[in-house]
Amino acid sequence: MTAQTTPIADEFRLYRRIVAARIRSDWQYRTSFLTLFVSQSFIGVFELVALQFLIDLVPQFGGWDRAQVVFLYAMATLPFSIGDVFVSEVELLADRYIRNGHFDTVLMRPSSALLQILALEFELRRAGKLVVPAIALWWSATNLDVAWTVGRVTALVIALAGGVGIYAGFWVIAGAISFWAIASRQATNALTYGSQFANQYPLHIFPGWIRAIMGWVLPLAFVAYVPSISVAEAANPLGLPTWMPFTPPLVAVAVALVARFMWRRGIKHYQSTGS
Amino acid sequence: MTDEQAPVITVEGLSKTYVVRTRAEGRRNPLRRDKRLVEAVSDVSFTIERGEMVGYIGPNGAGKSTTIKMITGILTPSAGQATVLGLTPTAERRELARRIGVVFGNRSQLWYDLPLNDSFDLLHHLYRTDRERHRRNVAQFVDRLDLGPLLDTPVRQLSLGQRMRGEVTAALLHDPELVVLDEPTIGLDVVSKYAVREFLREVNRERGTTVLLTTHDLDDIEQLCPRMMIIDHGRVLLDGPVAEFKAEHGTERTVVVDLTESRDPLTIDNVTVMQVEGPRQWLRFDRRTTTAAEVIAAVTAVAPVRDLAIEEPDIEDLIRHLYQERSKP
Repeated sequence: MTAQTTPIADEFRLYRRIVAARIRSDWQYRTSFLTLFVSQSFIGVFELVALQFLIDLVPQFGGWDRAQVVFLYAMATLPFSIGDVFVSEVELLADRYIRNGHFDTVLMRPSSALLQILALEFELRRAGKLVVPAIALWWSATNLDVAWTVGRVTALVIALAGGVGIYAGFWVIAGAISFWAIASRQATNALTYGSQFANQYPLHIFPGWIRAIMGWVLPLAFVAYVPSISVAEAANPLGLPTWMPFTPPLVAVAVALVARFMWRRGIKHYQSTGS
Repeated sequence: MTDEQAPVITVEGLSKTYVVRTRAEGRRNPLRRDKRLVEAVSDVSFTIERGEMVGYIGPNGAGKSTTIKMITGILTPSAGQATVLGLTPTAERRELARRIGVVFGNRSQLWYDLPLNDSFDLLHHLYRTDRERHRRNVAQFVDRLDLGPLLDTPVRQLSLGQRMRGEVTAALLHDPELVVLDEPTIGLDVVSKYAVREFLREVNRERGTTVLLTTHDLDDIEQLCPRMMIIDHGRVLLDGPVAEFKAEHGTERTVVVDLTESRDPLTIDNVTVMQVEGPRQWLRFDRRTTTAAEVIAAVTAVAPVRDLAIEEPDIEDLIRHLYQERSKP
């Protein structure tokens, strides 16, 4: 809002310290920490097993082979799970901060409110979710019929970063919406988790209206589908243009800008109405 | 940057109006809601100078917390202006946050599952205070508030009184020029209340920290604040020295007489009988129209008296009286 003289490095150090405090807090409850960590990893196991059966039933999954479909799955779930650890708890803003007035305390500190909340709500216990997608990515990468040149690896990393950025933006937007609609979590959940589910399947098997939503409204196609075509060289029956590989990070930046705008408006709204 | 002469808080015509939506009564459509405007704070003006200790009091819903939120930059005023330490609170919230300390009595800023010491350490990084100064402040505050044995205890295991001592310390570690406390003694035991009050008094005296506190507990005001502001229905009813208020509004006294036997209420000039309980009667008079000696003489002239006492109104009565007076149409 106003000119901040705080160097980014200082904010990052502060972020790390608050995250460390959060992990120390969680570690006080070791059993529940480990239980949640392990149970989260099972989500991926079930998803992947179900996907295998589906591929067996439909050998040519929209013209894609097994390695390509698993690559798509990994590209959809890995950024989502990373976002789940770093950002997703911001959707609990209403329950944990606004309703009980704790957001006032956050506003009373000389640091960015969003940075504080992201750090305070860092969820290491959800890192269990990363295990299966990471294995799936490794397996598909070794089974894809492509050469892993430096350029291709770079494109993969950029695509993953773009995916994380897009999901992170979604969650911040979901959190920001709760400044206006205090009980909006169920609705925004349907969008974040629901769209994530659809994102695990090749876009071209869906009807046009779903494709339109995933391409333009919630630009999820850029998280997994676009990289699958460009990086994994999967079939491209929709005829997407060839400059696609560069789009995910740009889309991520666009989503992040929308998220930033919404978050700031949300705080302004909070300042005019209170909790 | 800081002008020593400038007031710490200047508030001019400050107002806050909320839109409240209520279910419309007697309408066919149950989803339809009525909009209602509620004026939580209405045209409040005051100035607080550097080093003052001011008590801000009023009943629930009077507008105390709303005023505090506008001063600290949590809420934007609907009208009027607040200037705190030369800054506009909402627009320059983070800059202001560095220079003020805030304690909200019913919400914690400590890390619930971690030792008290960890919270202090995190606040040191949050406020980017000088390491040496931080150490000195922690040592001094821990000593004054007797927190030493509690430093390694997770906050969740502290009693309310212990936690509040931790909260007050947390709010003062970065040497704020102004500290704002919203109900700092609510629910505290006598010992913790005393400790918190003593501590605030010391910080105010030794560091020149300006203190603004809201409270329901008038003992807080009587023991801490030379000046008080009373607010009700969003308006400041009174702003001035506590002693002056007592002298001005505390003109009524009550003589409690124990007669030798039960009687009908006595009739004495300039005296109102407030209550009769068997042989005991409460007689109220205004010391501008008569004196205690005259009242007692008049009573003994009509009925034998076994014992008597003179009651001074306490501040709570005075304020209740003030509310009643102002709420008359």
